[in-house]
Amino acid sequence: MAGDTLAQKIIARAAGLTHVAVGDDVTVRVDLLMAHDGSGPRRWRPRMEALGAPLWDPDKVVLVTDHYVPAEDQVAADILQETRDFARDYGVQKFFDMEGICHAILPEKGLLKPGMFVAGGDSHTTMGGAYACYAAGFGATDTTGIAITGETWTTVPETILVQLNGQLNFAVTAKDIMLRLCRELGMDNSFKVIEYTGSGVANMAMAERTVLSNMAAELGAETGLIGVDGVTIDALAATGVDTAGAEAWASDADAQYSKCFTLGASGLEPQIAAPHSPVNSDDIGHFIGTQVDQCYIGACVGAKLTDLHMAAAVLRGRQVAPGTRLVVAPSTAFTMQAALADGTLRILEDAGATFLPSGCGACAGFGGRALGDGDVCLSTTNRNFKGRMGHANSRVYLGSAYAAAAAAVTGEITDPRDFLDANRTAA
Amino acid sequence: MRVKGRAWVFGDAINTDLLAPGYAMTLPPKELAQHCLEAVNPDFAREVRPGDVVVAGDNFGLGSSREQAAISLHTLGVGAVLARSFARIFYRNAINIGLPALSFDAVDEIADGAALDLDLAEGWLKRGGDTFALKPLPPHIRDLIAAGGLMAQLHEKMAKQRQAEGSDA
Ligand code: SF4
Repeated sequence: MAGDTLAQKIIARAAGLTHVAVGDDVTVRVDLLMAHDGSGPRRWRPRMEALGAPLWDPDKVVLVTDHYVPAEDQVAADILQETRDFARDYGVQKFFDMEGICHAILPEKGLLKPGMFVAGGDSHTTMGGAYACYAAGFGATDTTGIAITGETWTTVPETILVQLNGQLNFAVTAKDIMLRLCRELGMDNSFKVIEYTGSGVANMAMAERTVLSNMAAELGAETGLIGVDGVTIDALAATGVDTAGAEAWASDADAQYSKCFTLGASGLEPQIAAPHSPVNSDDIGHFIGTQVDQCYIGACVGAKLTDLHMAAAVLRGRQVAPGTRLVVAPSTAFTMQAALADGTLRILEDAGATFLPSGCGACAGFGGRALGDGDVCLSTTNRNFKGRMGHANSRVYLGSAYAAAAAAVTGEITDPRDFLDANRTAA
Repeated sequence: MRVKGRAWVFGDAINTDLLAPGYAMTLPPKELAQHCLEAVNPDFAREVRPGDVVVAGDNFGLGSSREQAAISLHTLGVGAVLARSFARIFYRNAINIGLPALSFDAVDEIADGAALDLDLAEGWLKRGGDTFALKPLPPHIRDLIAAGGLMAQLHEKMAKQRQAEGSDA
């Protein structure tokens, strides 16, 4: 018998079985349920009350406010209040109110442990896959069911292996890899898992790895897994997670994959995805000179401390072009603090950036932060569907934080390497 | 389970921002549903009738986990969604609220406005004189749709549990 993929191992454990085969329908016990102000209590409570059901285990539930913070109007204020009331009434201790974006909060608070089955009320829950968690997004009825029973069903998925070989070039990032993969693999990999491996992953820092897992959602996958190695162990240890036995959470050498896709990291150029889909990606050279009104550095995927560092490397001693807006929403309050402490915020502020509070900010067009009619935005977020960031006639390009900062300086899409010194800046 | 109505044909990659636009997400379900698919077909929400069938290409419902994408279609009375393939969260959401989502290879043969007649239990679709076979649903999904969705199923389960506990006492 062939070995098991990491996905099979996690699902088997969560299902209380020694082995599962691809295609098996199984019931799994969920180790962690996460939801935010948009997807959680406001959807759960009415249904739970109608059933007269309590939470199955308040200790296994994490609630975060990020989509509607801070309240822009009465409706948003009510949604936030419902979330707070629920956390109090149902005894949820792991409640993080206005501390940052849910997917960034989970690892920051040391809540992810390799081998966990994590259900999240948000499509980018996949981000936890970088910690070898089977972390998948679910809709509100599914999460309500889990909140009540602690269980859900899944069909054991095939795994597509993405092999990243070699080293990324200077100023090329995990974001560029994912935009490229959206074009190469398409967004229709539903009911499949993506697993990343190869020397390009082995040498990649944890923050960048989470980008691979986060944007597995754009590929349509269940989750985006990376097996545990030394980098994972160090990152977990830094947040106080017990790592005993964690190495076991990796695919067997003879595991079966439905498909293997190889990407040479060393040949990759910085990428830009044109409106209105991440699959419209190509080398940045094809987009040079495209005018932008706003550059946005935000979201779970694109406003980590490392992204702010990338932006600062471009913006140090430079100014945002007149008539162009640079909007920055650090992903968590902790990130904001760290960027303040190391001088990064100062560089961005001196360049003329406007800051939004930590949270989902302008990523999904919620609240009063939407793009206007005809606005063109270069964004570090993960998807650029028509109307996502606001007006149906706004146009969103996707790129790395280097690319967003460079466009902010010139008012048009610009190769960030024009502003960077390869000898001084580490990616 | 029988569904009868007109076909509304859409292309590939109909995403959740099209089905339930972010800017309208705080509206009550009925009003939000009025914005469903407005960016691709401004007449759809106004003119769709109960029992009508949405027919689409690949990867229907990709994007966010927002259940309002499926709820909006359900609210407008859509009787079933047929697509060559579905995004997983949308698929689960649809089944969970009792909106039949069926993968169907011959979507190209269905013209916009065609009169359709589907029987989910027997697994066929009729259009005029033509009959197409529908793929059988896995048992746990058939049970979910038959129960009227996950909440209705849980309700049943819990009622049974309470009864059992009551009779023990
Ligand atoms: S930042 Fe954007 S992609 Fe990330 S959770 Fe928030 S809305 Fe979703």
